[in-house]
Amino acid sequence: MTDAPLMQARGLTVALPNRAKSKVFGPPPTITLVKSIDLDVARGAAIGLVGESGSGKTTLGRALIRLLPIASGSLLFNGTDIAKAEEGALRPLRPKMQMIFQDPMSSLNPRLKLATILTRPFEAFGVPFPDGSRRDTAARLLDLVGLPTAFVDRYPHELSGGQRQRVGIARAIALEPDFIVADEIVSGLDVSTQAQILILLKELRARMGLTLVFISHDLSVVRALCDELVVLLHGEIVERGPCAEVFEAPKADYTRALIEAVPLPEIDPAWLGAPSAEA
Amino acid sequence: MTTPILTVDHLVVTIKGTPVLRDVSLRVAPGEVHGLVGESGAGKSTIGKAVLGLLPRAAKIAGGYVMFDGVDLVGMGEAERRKLLTKEIALIPQDPMTALNPVKRIGAQIIRPLTRHLGLSKQEARARALSLLGEVAIRDPEGVLERYPHELSGGMRQRVLIAMAFSTTPRLIIADEPTTALDVTVQRQILALIRDLQTRHDAALLFVTHDLGVVAKICDRVTVLHAGRVLEQGSCAQVIEHPHHAYTQALLAATPRFDRPGEVLAPVPAELAASLWKEAASWDAQHPGGAR
Repeated sequence: MTDAPLMQARGLTVALPNRAKSKVFGPPPTITLVKSIDLDVARGAAIGLVGESGSGKTTLGRALIRLLPIASGSLLFNGTDIAKAEEGALRPLRPKMQMIFQDPMSSLNPRLKLATILTRPFEAFGVPFPDGSRRDTAARLLDLVGLPTAFVDRYPHELSGGQRQRVGIARAIALEPDFIVADEIVSGLDVSTQAQILILLKELRARMGLTLVFISHDLSVVRALCDELVVLLHGEIVERGPCAEVFEAPKADYTRALIEAVPLPEIDPAWLGAPSAEA
Repeated sequence: MTTPILTVDHLVVTIKGTPVLRDVSLRVAPGEVHGLVGESGAGKSTIGKAVLGLLPRAAKIAGGYVMFDGVDLVGMGEAERRKLLTKEIALIPQDPMTALNPVKRIGAQIIRPLTRHLGLSKQEARARALSLLGEVAIRDPEGVLERYPHELSGGMRQRVLIAMAFSTTPRLIIADEPTTALDVTVQRQILALIRDLQTRHDAALLFVTHDLGVVAKICDRVTVLHAGRVLEQGSCAQVIEHPHHAYTQALLAATPRFDRPGEVLAPVPAELAASLWKEAASWDAQHPGGAR
């Protein structure tokens, strides 16, 4: 069983109501955002999911942990097909799949202290606090992500952006999940803070054997953290493979364009090129 | 260096008595792109706002001056400043969605400043708007004039704002993180467009960004800021490829690069950050109230 991928999608299709085109009567038409995707996520892998806005990377990430309904296809998590599972059937699996959100300010309840925020997952799933008390459990989680344990009494607004993102990570790993989807979690951070978060994720990966799907628009960040790359365009995979191969020799033109568009900190007068018309 | 069009000299800005810019000096010549780079809170946007006269009410210019083409912008009256800002100095903002009025068509938004500030007739302004949209490589200028902002993509909206920024043929443009919200391929197009227009108009460009990669691609000169202080200033090639200051070196070491996967990422060392803040505090102690 250990050789089987932790997550396996076959023909995974996600279609959501298109509210922009909603009608006065009757349900709105649906729009297919992720089209028949096959994806294997091996245990312990870190896969970078890249693509531009509208490529479906966030939709796919959310569908993988069933935060979104799946229109068709199969999705095996640890051997169980969860593509069509009802919330009741998903519930025992939820602690094993977690998400870290882009904006920790809007994903952390501003009225709760970190002690409460970090221990909510245990209460929600009826798991006793592993360290006895709420405070001790929260303190251990804070320590795990490199924050002072005294932060248990702080509120989210008292933290910097990087610190809040660490809290988001601490909450996601509280229940010791097998699988984490991280959606643009370092965009909006200063480079130094970004480096700290990337180092933390690497450490946690090694320590907890996490399997990670890391959604990002920044190819350099993906290269620093992930070992595999999946490139999405219009809801379909245009290229995938080990980072070392894809970055060295991209096969799809789109992948090459994405890589070449990354502005590296080195002088290259030819890089800007002539201005082109809108795409 | 040719005569600078913008001279910021020993500028000190305080907010409620706390300095946010501590003795900042820089010069930008016509035809030159000057990058302002630093982490959040470094004061890079504040410099742009000081030039534009858009500092928040609680902020005070406690020392130094900002000269545009030999005229002091700080001591200038409101009416005079407005006149200058509508014609000579333009802004390309970060977020193209909030900078455009959502309930007005693009056409009305481009045409109004042209009739109002340049005294063009409606027909002349419309013709000008069409040629401007052509200059920013929008394929269907006629159609875009009739659209509302929400009907355009982020890249298109940014093209419209660039067209608006260049519409009054300004001599100085302030771009505040103009590509941060865009996809990388669109960012590249927009940077190429800004650089091309800036060169053709021989305008000076003050380019605010947190991204050293973007600096390397578009700037001629660059100022590295931390806690409102200039840590390093020089040609882009020197600062990016041979940085003198430990902080610039640390920023570069913290920036991941897909072409150097083996390189170990390192955040800015805590001791370095602490010593920089200490330097800022000792500057404050020597300059009570921001006085020089």
